[in-house]
Amino acid sequence: MNAEKRDRGLLRVDGNECKGCGLCVEACPPKVIAMSERLNHYGYRTATYVGAGCTGCGICFMVCPEPGAITVLRAMAQRSAAGSGVTMGTEGAMPCASN
Amino acid sequence: MSSEFISEYEVIHAKPKAFYETYARKDELQHQTHYCPGCGHGTIHKMLAQAMDEFGIKDRTILISPVGCSVFAYYYFDVGNVQAAHGRASAVATAVKRSRPESIVISYQGDGDLAAIGSAEILHAANRGEPIAVIFVNNAIYSMTGGQFAPTTLIGQKSTTTPGGRSAIHEGYPLHVSELLATLEAPMYIERVGLGDNRQIAQASRAIRRAVENQVRGLGFSFIEVLSPCPTIWRLSPVESQRWVREVMEKTYPLAVFRDRTKDAQPRPMPQEPPALDTIPQIIGVANGDVPEDSAIRHEPVTDVDLHVRVAGFGGQGVLLLGEVLAEAGLDAGLEVSWLPSYGPEMRSGTSNCHVRLSREPIDSPLVTAPNVLVAMNEPSLKKFDKSVQARGWVIYNGDAFPPECVREDVHVLALPFTQIADALGDARAANMVMLGALLEIADALPQTSVDAALRRLVKNPRFFELDERALARGRELYRESVREVCHAG
Repeated sequence: MNAEKRDRGLLRVDGNECKGCGLCVEACPPKVIAMSERLNHYGYRTATYVGAGCTGCGICFMVCPEPGAITVLRAMAQRSAAGSGVTMGTEGAMPCASN
Repeated sequence: MSSEFISEYEVIHAKPKAFYETYARKDELQHQTHYCPGCGHGTIHKMLAQAMDEFGIKDRTILISPVGCSVFAYYYFDVGNVQAAHGRASAVATAVKRSRPESIVISYQGDGDLAAIGSAEILHAANRGEPIAVIFVNNAIYSMTGGQFAPTTLIGQKSTTTPGGRSAIHEGYPLHVSELLATLEAPMYIERVGLGDNRQIAQASRAIRRAVENQVRGLGFSFIEVLSPCPTIWRLSPVESQRWVREVMEKTYPLAVFRDRTKDAQPRPMPQEPPALDTIPQIIGVANGDVPEDSAIRHEPVTDVDLHVRVAGFGGQGVLLLGEVLAEAGLDAGLEVSWLPSYGPEMRSGTSNCHVRLSREPIDSPLVTAPNVLVAMNEPSLKKFDKSVQARGWVIYNGDAFPPECVREDVHVLALPFTQIADALGDARAANMVMLGALLEIADALPQTSVDAALRRLVKNPRFFELDERALARGRELYRESVREVCHAG
């Protein structure tokens, strides 16, 4: 199995809390958030994770106006034999992607 | 497959703990805020809550919420909360901090609140260097009230009260509060940030964290101005609003740190220890036994016309118009009247109700807390106000199935599917007038000519006027029919 296939981040959107403002779609640097086709119970299109490519940068979380609509997860340090601990790279900081 | 590569994820960004899990203080939709999609308040709330989590100060934080859309900040923050009168949040914060110097005190205010009616309070709190943190949310307009111009409105920016755009000749120049406060000697930290793009948002988050940190360190007055989008009132999409902050608003309000004296600052000593609580009655000359007797007001109807009407329903059902026609008709008939609309600060998904009084005697209060007629245009309104109706009063309810838990022995009820009845007349929106017709017939206090005159003043469109007249007549008829049925049944 190829470890590179595992995304560094993962995204969960609470479809009931999201009001569909679309700010996260605009803000996401790797562009892995889209608006849903279907309306939720309250009549909003909601943000949805396209399923792959999240870096776990957390920008969507920061721009989202709802306190708990977005939860961001990040892959924990891999316990591979060759691995030498956590390599966070640039995604640990808030990058300055313009939108 | 090696278990060494099993993906394991940990949560790194989630709803901060400084927020309530569910917003139980809200009447409805307790899982989300009342803010519009794309509103800056939610984002700023989150930054504040994250900072509270980071410093572990939730249990000793007191948040002062203002008047404006963020009036309900106490719905969301699981901290000590005080909601202040319009513009007075920084004065209230002063008192709170002085009486509880160990608390983290944060005053959260909008531009209509802080820069207009509260301009004196913020100026003097800053000038005294009060050791509080102030978050100033600037969206360049009065949003909660529907978009009137504010002191912070940009030159040329249209609002309901500056339809041609703000002009410096008539309304003066946009007030630069951060720059103004930075001319004072006492403030410790002043910064203006924006929510215009990712970079600005990251900086705003740092600035708000900084203000909270200053509180934790016991330093003086911190002031963070946040340029914040208001998509609903600006009539832009959330994404366009963000761009407007960045490309338009920022030109008038440049982002900068205007004051930073935190580096070598020492904790600010409190001016004076407050007196012990038990000594206060003595200080102000009130002995403990001097508490006034129970002065509850007893309601005694004394005149032949004394209507206390509460009309309630969803926004858009014509609740306020119903009350207005009733009050106008009373005015035309020479009665004393009052009409008091009451609706939430939400721009969307709100409920509304109004208080109407008609009397031959001067009206002491326009508030109707114990109606003798309740017009409930939907079930939530009935459940909310049913218990408040006076004994022998009337409940007019829009719906034929009267909820069993609302049934009372001591009130009269007229429950009919008024919306469907109005629909049969030609337009479901006339349900309010059918209900008003029934009310007028029940109250039997106003001549039809006065009602006609009121309707003519308030409903200009001839088609709706004609529809409303028919709806009123139908409402009167329905009540008479229901009385006949009761007589036959009896």
